[in-house]
Amino acid sequence: MAIADISCQVEAGEFISFVGPSGCGKTTLLMSIAGLIASTTGKIVVKGRAISGPPPNLVLVFQEFNKSLFAWRSVLGNVLFGFDARGKKLRESEDKAKQLIDLVGLKGFESHYPWELSGGMQQRVAIARALAYEPEVLLMDEPFGSLDALTRLELEDTLLRLWEELGTTILFITHDIEEAIYLSDRIWVLSRRPSKIIEELRIDFPRPRQQVTTRAEARFMEIRNQIYKQISNQNTA
Amino acid sequence: MNGSGKYNWTGWLVLGLLLLLWECGSRASPKLQLYIPPVSQILGSLIHLIVSGQMTVHFLTTLRRFLEGYLLAAAIAVTLGVVLGYFRFAYNLLEMLIEFLRPMPSVAIIPVAILLLGIGDGMIVAVTVYASTWPILINTIDGVRHIEQTLIDTGRTFGLARRRILWQIVLPAAAPYIVTGLRVSLSIALILVTTAEMIAGSKGLGFFILDEERSLQSSNMYAGIILVAVLGYLLNRLFVALEKKALRWRHSMVLREAI
Repeated sequence: MAIADISCQVEAGEFISFVGPSGCGKTTLLMSIAGLIASTTGKIVVKGRAISGPPPNLVLVFQEFNKSLFAWRSVLGNVLFGFDARGKKLRESEDKAKQLIDLVGLKGFESHYPWELSGGMQQRVAIARALAYEPEVLLMDEPFGSLDALTRLELEDTLLRLWEELGTTILFITHDIEEAIYLSDRIWVLSRRPSKIIEELRIDFPRPRQQVTTRAEARFMEIRNQIYKQISNQNTA
Repeated sequence: MNGSGKYNWTGWLVLGLLLLLWECGSRASPKLQLYIPPVSQILGSLIHLIVSGQMTVHFLTTLRRFLEGYLLAAAIAVTLGVVLGYFRFAYNLLEMLIEFLRPMPSVAIIPVAILLLGIGDGMIVAVTVYASTWPILINTIDGVRHIEQTLIDTGRTFGLARRRILWQIVLPAAAPYIVTGLRVSLSIALILVTTAEMIAGSKGLGFFILDEERSLQSSNMYAGIILVAVLGYLLNRLFVALEKKALRWRHSMVLREAI
């Protein structure tokens, strides 16, 4: 069993991160919430309803953006897919798609194919595509895990800007504790398998946050060390 | 393709020299001329056959049979291939049958087809369908199997129904494989049409070639052979042009990976 009993309350528009030791079932949890894997024994209940397939108001952004993007569609085509999947008319969506592409910082790359872009740019396309679907909740499975450090910081800021602008609820998985603190309103620390939530932390640094100043605050380090101790105690237990 | 991208003059020169050798050799020996007439004479026959309209019916018949057989095979094989690639249990059901029938030389079923369908159009198209189905089927199954689970999951998280996942994700993702199968089958289909026409039928280029040989009109026979070759060449060129257009993303992607 990967996951024990996890119950959580999410406010609309919140940014929540899950952190936990590697192999603790973070991805399993997110895939279950996304309705992509059926739970073996228990069930997933969202808004009082058991999930039997992918719910219509959720969309998952995968870590492996290069496997998730459509290589046969241009950047614009990939983003239009999000609108199309939502049932929007393609003709009416084109302007909106271009706006989204601009918003994620890819203006001028509309007609490029995903594999012509760098990893960070590809994940930007994937995020724009997901937002085009206009989900209430955006699930993100270590979306920046395979990017280099600098690109990662840039994408974190882009994501925060989009989140503030669009008001989407975000559930974010990461193994990077500092990333979780920098981004989130709340952090849930997961235990090892079978995982449960062992700690909930409210992060109240003012927004908009700054990569340099926010991360330099003493409180930031305190929280980081607290979470780190909890996770490493798990590992040695 | 020649790497330099320049026009392949030497290649044409070799071809020209061979034809010249043929022409001179044939003219030098009257006995040989009966079986291998000079190139000029063959070209003369070819032009005569085309201009007089004698060839039109054979050419069009072969083309029509080819198109019927090939397109039917493509439709059947892609559909079946997607189903077999997508549903493991369906593949398990048919795996042994496929593995047994696939390596069998397809011409071996021509006698069966004659028994069941007679010697008309139906038989010729049927054996063409049978033979050209295999490469498309096998490649389509392979292509669908190679699709990343993440790609399917992407479709699912965007709320796509199975049917739309099939159309919008599985088919385009498997397209490079499917096209490979289609290209292999292109020549197989033409081989089967002409072979079947030689065995049974009263029209078509295959029939014409064999008929002229039997009437000792070797010059006409060669003209027929040239026409089949031209037909194959043109179909292949058309295919490559369509493929380039349809899989433009793939070509540049492969090119980029090669660099």
